[in-house]
Parts: sequence; structure tokens; C-alpha cells
Amino acid sequence: MRRALSIPLAAALVLCAMPAFAQVKASAQNVPEIPYDSVPNFLKLPPGRYLGEAIGVATNSKGHVFVYTRSANTQLFEFDQNGVFVREIGAGAYNFEFAHSVRVDPQDNIWVVDEGTNTITRFNPEGHITMVLGRRPPAVLGMLQSPVPGPKPPAAKYTFGRPTDVAWDPQGNIFISDGYVNHRVVKFDKNGRFVKQVGSQNAGAEPSQFNTPHGIAVDGNGNVYVADRGNNRMQVFDNNLVLRNIYDNIGVSWTVCISPGPHQYLFTSNSNPNGNPPGSWDITGEIYKMELDGTILGKFGHAGKQLGGFQVVHMMDCRNPDQIIVAEIESWRVQKLMLKPSAAPARPTTTAAR
Amino acid sequence: MKRSIQLAAGILALAITPLAAQLVVPEMAYDVAIEPLKLPPDLNFGEVAGIATNSKGDAFVYTRTGHPTLSLGTARPFAHGGSRMFRFDKTGKYVGEIGQASYAMLFAEKVKVDPQDNIWVVDQMANTVMEFDSEGRLVMLLGRKAESEVVPARGAAPPAAPGGGGAGAAGAAQAGGGAQPAGARAGGAGGGGDPEGGGGRGRGGPPGAGGQQDVFNRPTDVAWDAAGNIYVADGLGNNNRVAKFDKNGKFVRSWGQTGTANGQFRQPRSIVVDAQGLVYVADAGNRRIQVFDADGNFKTKFLNVGTPRAICITQGPRQVMYVSNSNPPEDIDYDGEIFKVDLTGKLLGKFGHAGRLAKEFNAVNQIECRTENEIWAAEIGNWRVSKITLRGTASTN
Repeated sequence: MRRALSIPLAAALVLCAMPAFAQVKASAQNVPEIPYDSVPNFLKLPPGRYLGEAIGVATNSKGHVFVYTRSANTQLFEFDQNGVFVREIGAGAYNFEFAHSVRVDPQDNIWVVDEGTNTITRFNPEGHITMVLGRRPPAVLGMLQSPVPGPKPPAAKYTFGRPTDVAWDPQGNIFISDGYVNHRVVKFDKNGRFVKQVGSQNAGAEPSQFNTPHGIAVDGNGNVYVADRGNNRMQVFDNNLVLRNIYDNIGVSWTVCISPGPHQYLFTSNSNPNGNPPGSWDITGEIYKMELDGTILGKFGHAGKQLGGFQVVHMMDCRNPDQIIVAEIESWRVQKLMLKPSAAPARPTTTAAR
Repeated sequence: MKRSIQLAAGILALAITPLAAQLVVPEMAYDVAIEPLKLPPDLNFGEVAGIATNSKGDAFVYTRTGHPTLSLGTARPFAHGGSRMFRFDKTGKYVGEIGQASYAMLFAEKVKVDPQDNIWVVDQMANTVMEFDSEGRLVMLLGRKAESEVVPARGAAPPAAPGGGGAGAAGAAQAGGGAQPAGARAGGAGGGGDPEGGGGRGRGGPPGAGGQQDVFNRPTDVAWDAAGNIYVADGLGNNNRVAKFDKNGKFVRSWGQTGTANGQFRQPRSIVVDAQGLVYVADAGNRRIQVFDADGNFKTKFLNVGTPRAICITQGPRQVMYVSNSNPPEDIDYDGEIFKVDLTGKLLGKFGHAGRLAKEFNAVNQIECRTENEIWAAEIGNWRVSKITLRGTASTN
């Protein structure tokens, strides 16, 4: 069997650029545990199909589950609400190289973020590409040195550096977290025209700067929540990308999601680091359920190999805030978690805002 | 903002347009068919580089569907695959694929159909021009695919190239940042503002020396005269020439080298030949069209078409050209209009602008003049084919 390696060398990039992730114990105290069950054998793959690293997960309005996975090739799978395999979408598409995120918009379009091709691509519900943001580096330029030596050029309006996630406000404006090379959030209008950005090509730890913005979500009022992973915090911006708040008691914010409806909840994962360094299982792996204002309501989950434990949660779907679907890197697994009513009263216990 | 950019383009035209009469270019009314070509459910276009139609109305699309792969554990790095050509009938129904698993479909550039309905495929990375008959059998090959790849790419040093892999957003695509249009419009040293520019690969000669016979360096287009002679635009590497072959593929001559003087080129991207045998070359990096006779003698140039990345010419007694002043794939905030141009260089009209919506265009790499009022555009930036119907001929606005 030929082991193929794409010319932009996404794989080697990961090998050489993957930082050693910090393990950070969340500073929030006395957070109630939310009990849950993990549905056994939730996703049922047909013979010959495999998940690789289960990087991205999202649901549409019918409850169908979309998984963007680093399998032999990066692939996008659709399952029905019971986890039965429906189809593969976009097999071999030009934007597929190294999965990072999948999200479904209110019109049930499926958006994928690929950090190997620097693209954010919209598939319509039928599975055809209807919009592309960013550009895949042209193959004709050959295999290039990465990272490029020397100073970084300024981040450009329409190209990305290993983007990580996408979200929309109620007006359809598009927000992209970008990413591992750039360290910024970019706002486009619904037609894909650049509006503005916060952050830059350089990492930073000051407010409104980022160090690997790794996930993004927008609430019903258009506020933007960014998992600022490298800074061990979440930053909250208004719709014009003006900073409103920082939540920094939740450990490493790997990924965020916000449930729909009149009372929205915010979820963030203090995922255990890749490689399971010594001691990491003791202090990481939990997911926080929060109010949008940063009030922590509870937490659930822990690092572990077995069902119900997590191996680097990379993405969450919280369309139903009592049924969280998580995609994990290192167990090549997607779990559906049924949260149970907490024994403790669901009222504010600790405030994240500083 | 868009309006101000168009205004700026107009001012530029003012500065370089020799004829005052061309200052006002009529806007042409047009419609765009939604999804003129119907793909099967499991198929998507990647960057659509080439579009052509044959005498029956069949459409051929040459698209970048994935990147070439290199195998590990080999004596040298060998490249395989990366682009595909799809065929549709005149109703837009998908018929099938031509050249699948062929040796040299790496990085799609153009597809053209000659008067005998042969299908010519230009691959920018394989450095080949492949002629298939209408059944998809290979008839003739110009150029040769490099046996193996240079890793890392020769001439890929920063900052001329987009950063590799993850750093792809970095690099020249970003070099101009928000101010890129100015440099690009001014025809700055960046070669039309194209991050793909410069950096020759393959086996072309030294910079500025032109190329030999059918040793191409990122060729971009092919055309024929009435006698069947073949003209190849060569290309985005450092050959910067037009190569002429007779109808049997025997090398006749080539002309041009890297430069800005008449008869020199920077990134010739497209080529057409009119019924009289005059050769029109879209000299994109120099922001002009150069016109030559069949022996390569310089005749004239058109400086009023922006950065011409694609041109096509109609058939019939009164030929006209369409010229796309395409935006680069990395920016949709300037350029993007298509000009209708007569053979003397007079602008008869224009339509469109850069963007992602229907009736907008994003980095048009090839246009097909099926008739004077039916134009097809291959869009690198939007991964689609647009079929354009112009309402009425030269509008008087």
C-alpha cells in the first residue's frame, strides 16, 4: 500500500508544529458535578468505514450528525439522529486535507474548516459546495518549507493560516477563528466579504490578542465567544469584535458551543492534553456548562480511555443542552452524553468574569 | 467601497488609455445561469481552471480536485494525480470523465476544443499540452512531465511564495494586505499581484532566456490558426514566451523572454488567434495584451484591459474578444470585470465584478466565447462555472 503524502505537507506540519499542550487545572472552585450517561455504540459505521481522529462534530435541524474526521483521508460523514450511517459528503473534495471543524448553519448548510488547506467551505444540504473562503496553497508551487522562516507578513483579508472554526450571528455574518499561524478572529458578511478582524498574525496574551484561537461560537445577540486556547481563557466580544469579557477560570478552553433557544447555555472543554502527560488525568478533561455571562452552572466528564471518559475533546455539539455530542482526538470516537438533572440546585455557584 | 474601487480603476484607465473615447465603457446587461452544469451527488468541483465547449455544445471542465500526492519510500519524490476533467452534454448533464488516472493531470490550467472537436488540456504543473480526440483518446502530446519533484520546491524561498501548508495564508498572498490592489494595479514588480507568479519550476531555461522547443515551464494556454499551427503560452515560470508548432507538433519557433519591452512577457496567461492569423497574448504581469503576426513580429498592444488573465475570441465574420480582468483568488475587493473588446483594442462594453454571489466572478481563469452573447467562465475562486448570457450586443448604456 502506498502511503501518500500531500504536497503542502499537512502531516509533517503537524508533526513539527504541534506544541506540547499545557495542562491547566481550572481555578473555578466547588463546581457541582452534572451526572451523565454515554450512549453505547452511538455511531454505527458500516463495514469498511472507520473514524480516524474525530475532530469535528455538528448536528442539523433534523438531528442528523456530521463528523469531520481524519481517517485515511480526511472525510465528512453524515449519520441520522439514531447514529445510523447515511452517507459520505464531498468525498475527495479539494478542500479536504486535515480536518479541524464542522458546523451546521440555520439553513442546514454544512460548513467545514480544514486546517490543511486553509479553507472554510460551505456545502448545501445536498452536499455540493456553494461557498469557499480562503485559498488552498497551489500545488504547482511544490513542497514548501514550513514554517516559513523570517518575519510573518500581515494577516490578509481573504486567506487564512490554519484556521480552526466558524460561527454565524443571526444576520448571517460569518466569524472565523484563524488559527494556528495567524492569531485572530475575522468577520465576514454573509456574502463572504471581509468586514473586520481582531487580533493579528502574531500571538499575544493581552486582552483582544490571541494565542491559537481554537474554537468560536456566537450567541443570539451576536456576541462572539472565542476559545483562546493558548492563553487558557475564553474571550467574549460584541458583534463588532470589541472585547466585553474574559473568562479565565475554566482551564484551557479548547472548544466552545452555545445551545439555541430563548435561554442559551455556553459549554467549554478543558480537554486533557494530547499524549496524556503525567498527572493530566487528575486535573483536566472536564466540560463546563455556563451561563453566557460566565456563571458556571456545573461540570461533567473526565479524562479516560473508556466510554464516558474523554481523550482530548476537540469539538462539542450542544443543539440540545441536555444531550451533548463530543468528538475526541485520541480515542477516534464520538460520544453522545445524556446529562441528568443535577442533585445540586442549578443556581450560580461561581462567577467566571474578572 | 466597491464603487470607489471601480472608480479608482476608471482613473487608472484614464491615465493609460490612449483614446478618450474609451473613458466611458458601456455596462452590459447580463444574466447568469444557476448551476449550468449538474454534478452527480458525490462529486464536487475544486478550483475550476478550465472550461470549453465543442461544436455539439458539450462542455468540458478541467478542475483541481485534490492535490498531487507524493509517495514515501521512493528513490525520488514522484507526483501523482491532483486534477480531473469532467464532461457534460449540452443540457448540462454529467456524462463522465476524460483522462482519469492519466499521467499528467496534476494542476489544471486550461481546456480548449479545436475546430475538429479535439480536446486540448494544458497542465501547469505537468508542463504538458495533451490533445485528446472527441472520444477521449490521446492524439498528441507536447511537453513532458518532470520525472520527479524537487523537494522542497526550487525557488520557493520567502517571501515570494505563499507559506507552506499551514503558513499558506502567510506569504505573498498577504504581502500587500489591504493595500494590495494598489500594487497590483500599478503592475508592480510582483507580477500582477499574483502570489503564484515568479518562481519557475520544472526544466525551463535560465531566467529571461525563453525556452526550448516543447520544454514548457508552467504553460497556461494553447490556440491554433486557420492552418492548424499550434501556439502555446509558456507561461508562469521563467520561459515567458510563445512557442509555435506546426499542425503535426513539429517545433517552428518561439518568441519572447522575460521583460516589459514589446515582444517580452511577464506571465502570459492566455492566447487566441483570429481568422487573419494574428496572435493575441494576455501578458498579465505587464497588464496588457500584445498582438503579433504569425511569425511573432510585434504588431501592437492593448493597455486598457487591466490584468488580462483570460481571453477568448468569437467565430464568424466580425470577431470580437472577451477579456477578463480577473481578481486574484486571494482578494475579491477589486477587479473582476470582463471586457468586450474589438480586434483593434477598443472596449465595446464590460460586465461583472469580483465576488462570491451569482453574477459576480472570482478569479476567472478561462472564458469560452461560445457565441457573442453566450460566455462561459471558469472561476478559480468560487470553484464553479458560470454561464453568462449577455442581453443584446454592444449596449449603448
